[in-house]
Amino acid sequence: MKVTDKDVAYVADLANLELSEQERAAMLRDLNSILDYVDRLNELDTSDVAPMAQVSDRYGVDVSKQGSERFAYASREDVVEGLRKSLPHAEALANAPDADEDFFRVPKVIER
Amino acid sequence: MDLTSLTIDAARAAIQQRKTTAFALAEAHYARIQQQDGQIGAFLTLSKDRALEQADRIDRMAAEGKPLPPLGGVPVGIKDVMSTRGLRTTAGSKILENYVPPYDCTAVARMEAAGAVVLGKMNCDEFAMGSSNENSAYRPVRNPRDLSRVPGGSSGGSAAALAADMAVVTLGSDTGGSIRQPASFCGVVGLMPTYGRVSRYGLIAFASSLDHIGPLAKSVKDAAIVLRTIAGRDPMDSTSAEVPAPDYVVELDKPVRGMKLGVAKEYFGEGLDAEVRQAVESAIDKLRTLGCEIVPVSLPHTPYAIPTYYVIATAEASANLARFDGVRYSHRARGVKTLSEMYRRSRDEGFGAEVKRRIMLGTYALSAGYYDAYYLKAQKVRTLLTRDFDEAFRKVDAIVTPTSPTAAFRLGEKSNDPLAMYLADIYTVTADLAGIPGISIPCGETKEKLPIGLQILGKHFDEGTILRLAHSYEETSKSHSAAGS
Repeated sequence: MKVTDKDVAYVADLANLELSEQERAAMLRDLNSILDYVDRLNELDTSDVAPMAQVSDRYGVDVSKQGSERFAYASREDVVEGLRKSLPHAEALANAPDADEDFFRVPKVIER
Repeated sequence: MDLTSLTIDAARAAIQQRKTTAFALAEAHYARIQQQDGQIGAFLTLSKDRALEQADRIDRMAAEGKPLPPLGGVPVGIKDVMSTRGLRTTAGSKILENYVPPYDCTAVARMEAAGAVVLGKMNCDEFAMGSSNENSAYRPVRNPRDLSRVPGGSSGGSAAALAADMAVVTLGSDTGGSIRQPASFCGVVGLMPTYGRVSRYGLIAFASSLDHIGPLAKSVKDAAIVLRTIAGRDPMDSTSAEVPAPDYVVELDKPVRGMKLGVAKEYFGEGLDAEVRQAVESAIDKLRTLGCEIVPVSLPHTPYAIPTYYVIATAEASANLARFDGVRYSHRARGVKTLSEMYRRSRDEGFGAEVKRRIMLGTYALSAGYYDAYYLKAQKVRTLLTRDFDEAFRKVDAIVTPTSPTAAFRLGEKSNDPLAMYLADIYTVTADLAGIPGISIPCGETKEKLPIGLQILGKHFDEGTILRLAHSYEETSKSHSAAGS
């Protein structure tokens, strides 16, 4: 088994998930079974292969340029009201579980 | 005139010529939904006010004798992962049970600008994660062709609604097969465009480098009309491509004679159901009789597609779903004392089992010490999988495969074995990883009368070719079944 109980607890913590004991047991079983299957990727020698993060690298790119200049087609002016007007406060807060007129309200952040 | 079995052009023409109204067409579909959807479960939310307001606008245009836009008065359904201003959008999840977006997804806005009447939001697997629609937090969707079976997923509602004549066309999303596989299971057409062809703005993100919006339809032509409507650069999505879109409807009638079609043995191996194989092979024969040349090609890395996909998709999902924290929108747990407790409990209560599983897998694959072994490794294999297609497309114009290794399976059949469920996408995920377009069209039935899908994959931004092939195949099989009946 690759993934241990401790790993499951650690990863759940990173992911901000509170798992019940039952969920943790199921997760342990499923993650191990899936990762066993994923291990077949190690059959491939990829030492000389570049990683591919996205498809967009393949089109629209100006190959004669360097760095972010290559993606000039996707850039725009950095202005406050750019492509879309900001939402009015009331609209932006309308879906919040808890808010006052201007802010999202959350439980205490600093415990003391 | 049967108002619930019209094509886009027939519906629009009937309204234009005042043989019916957009209002009557919408009402006929709502009546059909009322009658059918109790047992199928394709819709999560109906948007009758929005629909009838749009229908009224179209009817006034028709009354004034103005030419209707391409989708004028056409009743459509939108998968519930696409944001709709003022209309509840849940992504099939309890965590967004009460979410009402303040803006429209670009694809939806383009559909409505072209005259489409949005009937409602389609059921789907939670956050589009699933291959059977059993992961919807609200209810599973049932396959209209056999209610004991799944419609496929994750765009199961979008496919089932068409099979039951509850909409003329629908929008779905495809991250690992979620448009094509349900289209195949329900006997309809499903098109995943090239990555970048259709803006993702307003699509609730699952895996951003793999997510695609595309149409499901009852005919290839209808899929082409919808693609023509939603395709093209959108400044709100920096990954939408600056590549001009041809008129896909004009592309349909160009000849297919002399086209080279690749057949890869990797898509006909172990696990492929015998009846599916037979139907797909006879479809390939039919394409040959249309004048296409069949060329063997090799896609040697195909067996590595599913593990590659599940590492990349879950890694991206774990990052994307971090935004559901119970602060700005989404469910918040009651009675929590600290911020951290609020995050955890809200997410625990809001997310279903499969979503948690994928967040965990993705977080693990990105965590310190495992990043290189899993995420980076998968990204490298993604390069190899994409090169396979580059290589093959040097020799052929398109590649034909089965869409799914089996016809629709039964509810509950795979729901306790995540890996078995993941393998339902074995023929579809590779196209998502490479970013190439693919279409699934009906190509026969099993002995139990379950639909079988033929998949046609094309080069980047060459939807025209796969639509043309799909259309020619559809025309031949139509004339055959007409002759046979």
